[in-house]
Amino acid sequence: MAEIQENSGGGKKKKGGSKQKKLSVHIDFTPMVDMNMLLITFFMLCTSLSKPQTMEISMPSNDKVNQQDQPAVKASQAVTLVLAGKDSLFYYEGKPDYGNYQSLKLSSYGADGIRTLLLNKNREAVIKIRELKDKKAQSKISEAQFKKEVSEIKGGKNTPTVIIKATDTSTYKNLIDALDEMQICNIGKYVIDKYSPTAEGLLIKNYRSKGAYSRK
Amino acid sequence: MSKVKVARKSTRIDMTAMSDVTVLLLTFFMLTSTFVKKEPVTVATPASVSEIKIPETNILSILIDPKGKVFMSMDKQTDMENSLTKVGEEYGVTFTPEEINKFRISTTFGVPIKNMKAYLAMKPEEQDKILGSLGIPTDSTDNQFKSWVKAARKSNGTNMIIAIKADQETPYKVIKSVMTSLQDLRENRYNLITALKKETAK
Repeated sequence: MAEIQENSGGGKKKKGGSKQKKLSVHIDFTPMVDMNMLLITFFMLCTSLSKPQTMEISMPSNDKVNQQDQPAVKASQAVTLVLAGKDSLFYYEGKPDYGNYQSLKLSSYGADGIRTLLLNKNREAVIKIRELKDKKAQSKISEAQFKKEVSEIKGGKNTPTVIIKATDTSTYKNLIDALDEMQICNIGKYVIDKYSPTAEGLLIKNYRSKGAYSRK
Repeated sequence: MSKVKVARKSTRIDMTAMSDVTVLLLTFFMLTSTFVKKEPVTVATPASVSEIKIPETNILSILIDPKGKVFMSMDKQTDMENSLTKVGEEYGVTFTPEEINKFRISTTFGVPIKNMKAYLAMKPEEQDKILGSLGIPTDSTDNQFKSWVKAARKSNGTNMIIAIKADQETPYKVIKSVMTSLQDLRENRYNLITALKKETAK
């Protein structure tokens, strides 16, 4: 609480001197600090300091494209990921082989699953991008140049194309994980495609029954 | 032996410096804060390594909860207003200025258009309670979601960014229906909001 001390209190009265008392003003700031702390707490709890991350994707448009204009994917470069339910992930390379149930392989999300495969497939680009990153870290090239070169490498000829097909039972997390792997493995060409129960569904069934469908 | 004299000191601490610091901190928080939006459903976004930050303004955010309910929010109030009237026109519902005003100040919306009038007539507390159980219909027969996105795009112009914020447990089926709706509207570029995960290629 604010208090005003009178310095001259109790002293002798000076003769004829100025009668003005010397005042030293002490204000107790404790309540002020209390209030400020409360407000700070309020603001700290109500704010979101960290902005959420985002992942930019562009989907193919629905417009009808001529067969000629459609980029043909080389079978040797194509990898199709099938996101099945219960966090399981299947993949096959190239064209689906309905006769051989082992053409579909079971893999997993994360470092030792699909990532190893994709990194191997995309080895050239990954190494190039790593070199570029080092260059950028040593500030030999500018940010804009780095981005340009990265997109060039990603769109290069020998990079794999990944087709992601998600089943209805897979979750959003699975999709994000799969897209994430694309980023980690520096894959520039990937697409989210429609899953068809008659094509990929059959493959999975075939796999689960160890070739019961292909034997028929 | 003489007694050790303990000097009597007053225990009063000068709080002025402390006050200075707190005021500074307070100013910092007040200036940097962007308030957390009130969301009708809790959504845990999946983590990704992506490090792109989302821009702050001109976003149409689409919120999808684990059960597949869809909500939307826009950051500009005038756009909220325009979209409501536009969607209302499309479905033959006209809103009074009072209702529009109520709608404008709500942060997130997601009510079937035929329930909108009844919803806007409710008290804010009741609205909060009921909103989580509603959501914008996205079925192929009654796709009001499309109308909302179309209206928002018209009102916000081409710079508007669409951001999808979905729970990690959401079945892909729901995401697919939202994505195909967006595709039908030729909205081919959008953002997926994720949390940050630290992981690099080895």
